Amino acid sequence: MSNIIDRRLNGKNKSAVNRERFLRRFKAQIKEAVGKAIKGRSITDIDSGESVSIPVKDISEPSFHHGRGGRSDQVHPGNEEFIRGDRINRPQGGGAGGGGGKASNEGEGEDDFAFQLSREEFMNVFFEDLALPNLIKTQLMGIEEMKSVRAGYTNDGTPANISIVRSLRGALARRVAMAAPTLRQLREAEEDLDTLLESDADNGPEVRERRKRIHALREKVNRIPFIDPYDLRYNNRIKQPKPTSQAVMFCIMDVSGSMDESKKDMAKRFFILLYLFLQRNYEKIEVVFIRHHTSAVEVSEQDFFHSRESGGTVVSSALNLMHDIVQKRYANRDWNIYAAQASDGDNWDSDSANCGRIMQESLLPWCQYFAYIEITQGEPQNLWYEYLKVAEHYKHFAMQKIGSPADIYPVFRELFKRQPATRS
Amino acid sequence: MKPISTGSEWTFDLIERYDAAIREIAHGEFHLDTYPVQLEIITAEQMMDAYSSVGMPVNYQHWSFGKHFVQTEKGYKRGQMGLAYEIVINSNPCIAYLMEENTMTMQALVIAHAAYGHNSFFKGNYLFRTWTDASAIIDYLVFAKQYISRCEERYGIDAVEELLDSCHALMNYGVDRYKRPQKLSLAEEQARQVERENYLQLQVNDLWRTIPRREKDGASRAAPRFPSEPQENILYFIEKSAPLLEPWQREIVRIVRKVAQYFYPQRQTQVMNEGWATFWHYTLMNRLYDKEMLTDGAMMEFLQSHTNVVYQPPVTARWYNGINPYALGFSMYQDIKRICEAPTDEDREWFPDIAGTPWRPVLEFAMKNFKDESFISQYLSPKLIRDFRFFAIRDDDRDDKLEVSAIHDEQGYQAIRATLSEQYNLGSREPNIQVWSVNVRGDRGLTLRHTRHNRKPLDEASAQEVLKHVARLWGFGVKLESVDSDGTVQQRFDCHPEAAVASL
Repeated sequence: MSNIIDRRLNGKNKSAVNRERFLRRFKAQIKEAVGKAIKGRSITDIDSGESVSIPVKDISEPSFHHGRGGRSDQVHPGNEEFIRGDRINRPQGGGAGGGGGKASNEGEGEDDFAFQLSREEFMNVFFEDLALPNLIKTQLMGIEEMKSVRAGYTNDGTPANISIVRSLRGALARRVAMAAPTLRQLREAEEDLDTLLESDADNGPEVRERRKRIHALREKVNRIPFIDPYDLRYNNRIKQPKPTSQAVMFCIMDVSGSMDESKKDMAKRFFILLYLFLQRNYEKIEVVFIRHHTSAVEVSEQDFFHSRESGGTVVSSALNLMHDIVQKRYANRDWNIYAAQASDGDNWDSDSANCGRIMQESLLPWCQYFAYIEITQGEPQNLWYEYLKVAEHYKHFAMQKIGSPADIYPVFRELFKRQPATRS
Repeated sequence: MKPISTGSEWTFDLIERYDAAIREIAHGEFHLDTYPVQLEIITAEQMMDAYSSVGMPVNYQHWSFGKHFVQTEKGYKRGQMGLAYEIVINSNPCIAYLMEENTMTMQALVIAHAAYGHNSFFKGNYLFRTWTDASAIIDYLVFAKQYISRCEERYGIDAVEELLDSCHALMNYGVDRYKRPQKLSLAEEQARQVERENYLQLQVNDLWRTIPRREKDGASRAAPRFPSEPQENILYFIEKSAPLLEPWQREIVRIVRKVAQYFYPQRQTQVMNEGWATFWHYTLMNRLYDKEMLTDGAMMEFLQSHTNVVYQPPVTARWYNGINPYALGFSMYQDIKRICEAPTDEDREWFPDIAGTPWRPVLEFAMKNFKDESFISQYLSPKLIRDFRFFAIRDDDRDDKLEVSAIHDEQGYQAIRATLSEQYNLGSREPNIQVWSVNVRGDRGLTLRHTRHNRKPLDEASAQEVLKHVARLWGFGVKLESVDSDGTVQQRFDCHPEAAVASL
């Protein structure tokens, strides 16, 4: 007899460790690919896997093999036209046709080794640069938060969850139900015995037999267990997703001439991080892109990151526009408003005070959170000082100077620390 | 008789009944000798797992297995390739995987192919009998996995990974081709391992002793040649003689070497092994059908997948990728059977000793006593050469054109048989590289020597890469010379250990 074993329930991720080793080894290439992907992707689309390709020569495992040259004889099937002594031109390239068997030996083609990074793996690499604390990572990567609520009773569970009242009530019912027929028979037998005893006839053997039967029935009733595993009931708890609602996120970016590609890239990561955070907490998110130089416009994401502008900078134009949009579209209190502003700190001198005022009067009272980053290596300028004053008064206004991606996270520290107070 | 099943769904009960029916025919009618069978039902993901760790149920961890997994997964998910037809492990009991997604007919086919075909080949063929120990391999791999993960804990993942990379580069040069290896088993292996560590280190120390021994006769002689003869098993040589390896590193070299040795017979019997299994699934399934235990529909399904397996695209086809071992092997066994049962005059002339004799013993003999190379040179018949329309092409770099040296005609049969046989000779397919000498008294440099076959050179880029790995293992400079048949050195490679460490 052959042995047949069902292994389907055994772990299927036996190769997980090997895969992880593989990713570990090619970290540099993978990081590069993820970096490229972040540049290319929409910020609302950051949350998925990515195809990564690695040059074959980096990934190959070398072994000794023959090079071209010398003499080789090969047998092939399917001769159609050749006769002995035919002379054929050498095929060009890697020896296909004439030496199909050899082609695989010389596998140094230009094709890259491409594979898919899973969502988790992608996010891990993305987060790595940002120096996020681990707790935040799980918060961002995890599925929605769940709340455990009571939901009746179940037939199985852990002993700690046994519901004593329910179990005993069940046991009682079972005892009653199971004993009922026997008790009825017992009653009948007893009555039977009584009539026999009352009659005068000599019926000793019959009486003895009835007594035996009554005894047996009593035993049977006694054998019904007081409590049975079958009676046990457990308190049931199920997980329910926490209530969520909707949010709008404003991305505000300075696109004046001094914002170069690398600064925009940094800004993009900043926006992505906020987006990811919102995504975990709100069911529905709208994103509004506002770019500005001396005047501000609302644009598509494509234009936001990729079109070039030049000229001076008036930050208040963007803040005003944001205020208008909030009033027009998101004024009812169903919306949680978040804003992220990125700039290199340039602003018209006389405008900065203006910005501070708009911020305090017409934006911050409406916002859940407003984060500002200044991407610059140099000394902070007047806008920074103006915002510093704002920051003193409002806890949900955060600002940070950024030199590298690792500086982005602290802007959000406050935000990630607390649970957002949803308004709906 | 009633068909065993009519639908395409499988159940455990049906698998059991099919297995019993197939076993009845295989053992009862055809006297196949097999190890006990263990059928394991697995999912597609598990099949991919098994695939990427070279088919073994346990194996040590290494990124290259992850790479294979990633590759397999990609191919499978895009539908570019089906998963393995079957995976069967040369162990006792013989483990064959059945994939959950398959239909009942496919399960029956895999049982016949793997659990009876391959299984009897593993048990019968002389290479497997001499070189592998089916009852010990799983145990040994368990030992290897534990040992290597202990090393990772103690010496770091990177150190172990580097070492394995280097060993893998030399894996094909870690086999004894002629010397019979010792059997391995878990308990013994563990018991002997510590002892071996101490002893080995002692040996090495003695070899590299720096204080000269006092010569008894007082006269200084020329240094003895080391190794006294060229060594074909490079990994073995490194394990025993590399001056700088730690004992645990020697043990890992040994593990890679043992695994390579275990797979060595499989690489030499591809055509024979696949052909044998295919021949038997074909024969057994047909017998089931004759006994009316298979429905017509199931038979059609079986034949379709069988036909796909044994299809040989011609050289002119765009998807031609060499000779299909299933096709060649299957046809050869079928042909031997035909020669036994219905020989033509030609067959009588070419195979006088088997023509017209009972086919079963002849086939058994052929399976047991050959490897691909000798099997082809013994049994490839003119009829098959005609059927396949084989032709041989000579590619000589001294000639500006390719030449058709033989086709399927009277003058060509012998030549094609010889050429095809040579094509399956591992010895000439892989460069012949051996340990040539060690400069014991000088810089401790190691010299490898490649003996050219038909003037074929070494591929330079890969040779340079592999040499870095050799240098890393050896710890001192390594040279590689490629030598022509008249003894002149045609290519030279050189690698210093510092360079190897820097660039790997």
